Amino acid sequence: MIAIIDYGVGNLFSLTSSLSYLGLENEVTDSAEALRQADAIILPGVGAFGDATKKLHATGLVETILSEAHAGKPLLGICLGMQLLFERSFEYGEHEGLALLPGEIAPLSADISLKVPHIGWNSLQFTPGCPLLKYNTPGDYVYYVHSFYLKNSPVVVATSDYGVAIPGVAARGNVYGCQFHPEKSGAAGLQILRAFGELKGANA
Amino acid sequence: MITKRIIPCLDVRDGRVVKGVNFEGLRDVDDPVALARFYNDSGADELVFYDITASHERRPLFTDALRRVASEIFIPLTVGGSINTVADFDRVLKCGADKVSVNSGAIKNPDLIREAAKKYGDQCVVLSMDVKRVDGSFRLFAQGGRVDTGLDALEWAARGEANGAGELVVNSIDTDGVRGGFDLPMLEAVAARVKIPIIASGGAGCAEDFLSLFQLPGVDAGLAASIFHNREVEIHALKELLSAHGIEMRRTR
Repeated sequence: MIAIIDYGVGNLFSLTSSLSYLGLENEVTDSAEALRQADAIILPGVGAFGDATKKLHATGLVETILSEAHAGKPLLGICLGMQLLFERSFEYGEHEGLALLPGEIAPLSADISLKVPHIGWNSLQFTPGCPLLKYNTPGDYVYYVHSFYLKNSPVVVATSDYGVAIPGVAARGNVYGCQFHPEKSGAAGLQILRAFGELKGANA
Repeated sequence: MITKRIIPCLDVRDGRVVKGVNFEGLRDVDDPVALARFYNDSGADELVFYDITASHERRPLFTDALRRVASEIFIPLTVGGSINTVADFDRVLKCGADKVSVNSGAIKNPDLIREAAKKYGDQCVVLSMDVKRVDGSFRLFAQGGRVDTGLDALEWAARGEANGAGELVVNSIDTDGVRGGFDLPMLEAVAARVKIPIIASGGAGCAEDFLSLFQLPGVDAGLAASIFHNREVEIHALKELLSAHGIEMRRTR
């Protein structure tokens, strides 16, 4: 079972539909026990970093997320959920993240002259090897919607070109992040969720 | 590189796709799920569902159709039509919409965009505007293009962006239905005023119209209904044509 963390941020309909479509059992939950029981955990999220961190802390789940991730359970952050995995964000002030992965979240508008938010389909460039991308091909298109991006991180495994190299996928050990929305990225996105579901027998 | 986007628009009434759809080989052309799946498989980059249901009593049929589509289609889905309140946003988002398009609702209540953007994020709010030339300037129209609001369309676009709209759909009343191509001068004028992505609508008559559209800087997507519904333009073939001219497209085959 894949636990999708419910902390009142964003719309989880597509994510649950995608996982169910793939035959991956899933549950939207704000229960620490459910996170402990799950085979894998997804941290979703849209909106602002500061607000989301507050809401996540308000659930009382942060300690459980950290301990489960440190114990080796597959964890996938999506969009803002990915950004929350890093050390800090400079989105309207400075906010501390979960610091499961090294790096910082910075405003795109400071670094590029292209339109912000970065909305739309962009091709994903990567060197094969990351388990999350095992069913994907470099050049696959994925769907992004974001105004902030990961900087100064050594754990980037896939990028998309949008004036700068936008980290699309970050990974270290059992902790993964997707800046784009795999649940909105057509067949390419479903392949990523399928690979995640296989990381620890979530399909069993 | 980021791609330009091709977006078919489906009008849904009482849970069924309204006439104007002429598909061979599709058993139930009125079924929004069958049609949405067809477009998903044909390479559409997003879908727009437009609720033209007349009465509130029939809305459950729309939301039911929306829920069925959203659970099977894994590309972005925008919903428009009769969006007047934050509660309307809530209603369609819970059924699987990713973005919500507001038009007359934002004219009636200019705070709607700000309230919705604050609650759901800018990326969720699409401002759709119907624009027509009046006395040499671009004028904003309401009520499906029937009522002249007297407002300057370019000002309205800039105000929508400032209030938190994440994308802008520009429907040209002047070119809509004429099938002579998108309204490039109008789109150019809007693009000069805003930085958010612009989706062009109204006037597509053939594949080449998308080519001239995407050669215009500042336009991110093209939206059309009839030329896709009656299969005059097939999306895979359209994308091949555009790619051959150096326009970045998401290729799915």
